[in-house]
Amino acid sequence: MFLNNNPQLNKNGELHHLLSIEGLPADILRQILDTAESFVGVTQREVKKVPLLRGQAIFNLFFEPSTRTRTTFEIAAKRLSADVINLAINVSSQSKGESVLDTVANLSAMQADMFIVRHAQSGAPYLIARHVSPDIHVINAGDGRHAHPTQGLLDVFTVRRYKKDFTQLRVAIVGDVLHSRVARSQIHALTTLGVPELRVIGPKTLLPSHVEDLGVHVYHDMAKGLKDVDVVMMLRLQNERMQGAFLPSPQEFFKSYGLTAEKLALAKPDAIVLHPGPMNRGVEIDSSVADGKQSVILPQVTFGIAIRMAVMSILAGN
Amino acid sequence: MTEQGLPSAETLLATLTAQMRAQVTPQTGLIGIVTGGAWLAERLHKALGIAVPVGTLDVSFYRDDFRDRGLKRKVAPSTIPFEVDGRDLILIDDVLNTGRTIRAAMNELFDYGRPASIRLAALVDRGGRELPIAAQFIGATLDIPSAQSIDLEQADGGGLRLVLQPVK
Repeated sequence: MFLNNNPQLNKNGELHHLLSIEGLPADILRQILDTAESFVGVTQREVKKVPLLRGQAIFNLFFEPSTRTRTTFEIAAKRLSADVINLAINVSSQSKGESVLDTVANLSAMQADMFIVRHAQSGAPYLIARHVSPDIHVINAGDGRHAHPTQGLLDVFTVRRYKKDFTQLRVAIVGDVLHSRVARSQIHALTTLGVPELRVIGPKTLLPSHVEDLGVHVYHDMAKGLKDVDVVMMLRLQNERMQGAFLPSPQEFFKSYGLTAEKLALAKPDAIVLHPGPMNRGVEIDSSVADGKQSVILPQVTFGIAIRMAVMSILAGN
Repeated sequence: MTEQGLPSAETLLATLTAQMRAQVTPQTGLIGIVTGGAWLAERLHKALGIAVPVGTLDVSFYRDDFRDRGLKRKVAPSTIPFEVDGRDLILIDDVLNTGRTIRAAMNELFDYGRPASIRLAALVDRGGRELPIAAQFIGATLDIPSAQSIDLEQADGGGLRLVLQPVK
């Protein structure tokens, strides 16, 4: 049933699951961004709701804790009039020994229409997508170090809102790329949409080997890497995902790779700063930048709801 | 008349304008349904000298056939740049047929507020109603075979014309 063995597309080449941005054609990404544009308008009205997914049951399956992402998916689903059921699985059936697929089979028997899946293991949403019945849709809400496609989409949506044309941009992604599923999704989204110069900046220990193969330029020095960029995408230092000696100390990291007003001054004067949250102030970003006029961090959160509404409604209709 | 035997869209627009002129008050707000209705709303807004800015609706998020047909590729944002509460609204569409689009549009309007009244203007009424909906302002009533669709097109210079094409 899948086009070209891409488990995300149906036989008509339309999006059936959203598992990763990698492998999606640019016109599907643009369709999501354009649809999200219309949902931004909806969320500014008095009644912030449309009846599109009335009667559908959407399950938030969070095998790994997350407050923010789960909440934005929940708000998005409710604004589409769907019924949302939140399950924090790490504290229920998994601790009783039930397998992921048994959990999903049980929930499917409760007439689920869509699963939003967050899991510490890369690939878990693929496993679920392969085993659900053909009328159920799966959205990856972050799997291990692999992908976080709706975050990548909301980031490129934010970039497009402020910078219009992707094909004229120089973009830098800064920090812990190695442990970041967000960075991978950003890189695939930005390259697919035609950004000509994409840079990653970070210490050798926090950049994946062969990251150049993704079509990015590698910098270990902030001063060089930030020079004349239009967009700075900061990453969160993944404390909870870091085992072993990647870094001497957070203070040391801030000195070399923390975004301060002085370092940001090397970018273009109208450069924008993004961060996926939650921020570690004083570790990867200075408060003067996070709260400064070039920061678009709070608009990212607002746009994240519109992007998730767009993804859910496109999937539900395909 | 066009070569397909259809009346001129510009003539029908003039007819609509004449019908609506006496009905316009300072409370009147025009709302065009994307895309043909939005073009007409712009033209009517100018011709009738209405002060309230014109609104546009894309009713995709309110359609009753979403389950069967999904979301169309390109959904335009709905924009209503005025307070809907207490306003006398005139909805504008190019072709009135089943009435389902108008049902969706009215549902969407009520998510913006509570208008004092809603009336409907259509350039062409081709009959075929499936809901109890009627237009108060009509450019022309035409009998179109069900195998054909009648659509409004806008030329580069802004001129409007009607075209018949086989149903896709």
